Amino acid sequence: MTAIAPGTVPKSSRGSAARARMLRSLLPALSLALVLMAIAWLNPRAISYFGFNLMLNLAIPIALATIAQMFVIAGNELDLSIGTFVGFVGCVTATWLRDAPLIGVAVLLGSIGVYALLGALIHLRNLPSIVVTLGMSFVWQGLAILILPKPGGKAPDWLLAIMSFKPPYIPFPILAALLIAAIVHFGLMRTSYGVILRGSGGNAAALRRAGWSLLKTKIVLFALTGLFGVLSGMALIGITTSADANIGNGYTLLSIAGVILGGGEFVGGRVSPIGAVIGALTLALAASPLLTFMHIPPDWQVAANGAILIIVLAARVLISRRER
Amino acid sequence: MKKLLVLSAFAAMLASGTALADTSGKKIAFSNNYAGNSWRQAMLDSYAIVTKKAVEDKVVAAADVFTTADKEVPTQAAQVQNLILQGYDAIVINAASPDALNGAIKQACDAGIVVVSFDGIVTEPCAYRVVVDFKDMGRQEVEQMAKFQPKGGNLLEIRGLAGTSIDDAIHAGILEGVAAHPEFKIVGSVTGDWDQTTAQKAVATILPSLPEIVGVVDQGGDGYGAAQAFAAAGKPRPTIIMGNRQDELKWWKEQKDKDGYQTWSASIAPGVSTLAFWVAQQVLDGRKDVPHDLLVPYLAFTQDNFEAALPKIKEGGVATHEYTQEDAIAAIKANIKQ
Repeated sequence: MTAIAPGTVPKSSRGSAARARMLRSLLPALSLALVLMAIAWLNPRAISYFGFNLMLNLAIPIALATIAQMFVIAGNELDLSIGTFVGFVGCVTATWLRDAPLIGVAVLLGSIGVYALLGALIHLRNLPSIVVTLGMSFVWQGLAILILPKPGGKAPDWLLAIMSFKPPYIPFPILAALLIAAIVHFGLMRTSYGVILRGSGGNAAALRRAGWSLLKTKIVLFALTGLFGVLSGMALIGITTSADANIGNGYTLLSIAGVILGGGEFVGGRVSPIGAVIGALTLALAASPLLTFMHIPPDWQVAANGAILIIVLAARVLISRRER
Repeated sequence: MKKLLVLSAFAAMLASGTALADTSGKKIAFSNNYAGNSWRQAMLDSYAIVTKKAVEDKVVAAADVFTTADKEVPTQAAQVQNLILQGYDAIVINAASPDALNGAIKQACDAGIVVVSFDGIVTEPCAYRVVVDFKDMGRQEVEQMAKFQPKGGNLLEIRGLAGTSIDDAIHAGILEGVAAHPEFKIVGSVTGDWDQTTAQKAVATILPSLPEIVGVVDQGGDGYGAAQAFAAAGKPRPTIIMGNRQDELKWWKEQKDKDGYQTWSASIAPGVSTLAFWVAQQVLDGRKDVPHDLLVPYLAFTQDNFEAALPKIKEGGVATHEYTQEDAIAAIKANIKQ
């Protein structure tokens, strides 16, 4: 064993660490480019304004849910209820937000408040977030079914108008993804409180000694998760036009996979908003358009979907192993 | 005059010939949200048999099947959008939700794609719906019962999965039938979820509290379970309407061989997917008069023909029927008349 004294890290190893770090931040973009190239090769028609609109518009709610998940992961927690929460928001959006906007807004704001309270509860009682949010997932699902026992409802017209907005040259989903990534990147990576938020996951003890309230950071992180969960649900209903109590159930695992694919880590407050958005887009593209364009026999399609996800995520794990 | 007739007949033949050729370059996709039970497997099998032949006969250029990995609505919505991008001319769909896919369905219609839904239908007005007349099936159950039990008597009803439109429709039909045959009276009702085990448990629970039952009206997938419950309770065997499941028809045959037991069996044929396929083909063919809501007959077996069908059904499977182009044309015609 060779002991290396602090401060005398060989230059070459520092250089390779930097290279690995760069590779890691480039990896999400790289995997997205790969998936896009595969799609372009399989179906050139998809690479067009119309094509991107169709392929990516359902990726916006996934990206928003991934950002929501990223905030809790930044605080070393996990949210297993984000999927059913998105479904709950969807049901509220398709019913109350249209028929009685005031009640709808109040309910949605209230649900963000519930998320903030969950953050407080998890911190104060020192509960595992997985258990608390797993329980909450059934609460949200139950509420969603109460609001909308049968599929139906209709999205508010203004929401439909926003989600079907057709800007010139750049397809709306891409514009939205850029916007989401830019705003969250600025807020979490470039502001001083953003550093504190990430620090609460990275080194909580140091933060507490420096006099920061960990209760407050946890509440803020969970409230932000609630906020982006609400945005995700609304965006989803803006696209589907109508709701279903089970509409968001698949988002829980997709959002976690998106964060990890985007270069995030489960612990240590190491997350990347831009990576998370790219990760969500990659997953959305790999799971559906790529699969559809590959013409796999129906018996194998379900398995192939899983295989694609594993391949995409495995590349990410290989890179991060090299880093260590 | 005769010459003219022959000529016009020839012209008609020619016209129909070209009409058939019209769809030879068209591609039809099948968007399916679930493949995990015997009914869905039979649905896919029937679809594969019919479309393979249709492609070989150059009726259509392609008929591909796409099944989503989960039962989620957004996944299928994304799938429909990808099928639009793929350049399909028509999409046959068994949908995860009657309403929540409407956004994607509308996009497909706007792109000029014909959308035909069946079983799990979509409510978007631009799409076509192939609906089985479940209400008539319920009514017919009581009609048939009246043949086997002319004296009338007490009936037990087994309901399907609560909150679904299918359960609603069959139930409404049964009530109508009972109203038309006052000699029958429904004295008990249980929920069987279209599942033999659930039905058996439910029937066994309610049996001790019931007077003598002459017949069981149900929704399919529950008849064999009901028969087991009656046998276990030592009660006399009533006339149980069957639902085309292999175990139900097998039990029926055993009883028939023993003492000439009579009943009737009906259910939606999984092969209705092939009818949806032919409807899509007809619309692509340029037919403008196809109604957007098509009510089609269910698949029924009587005392005389069920034994012939039994060997063709897989163990644990459901009886099915592959529809032909003529069937679709006939169904469209029948619905225009209404």
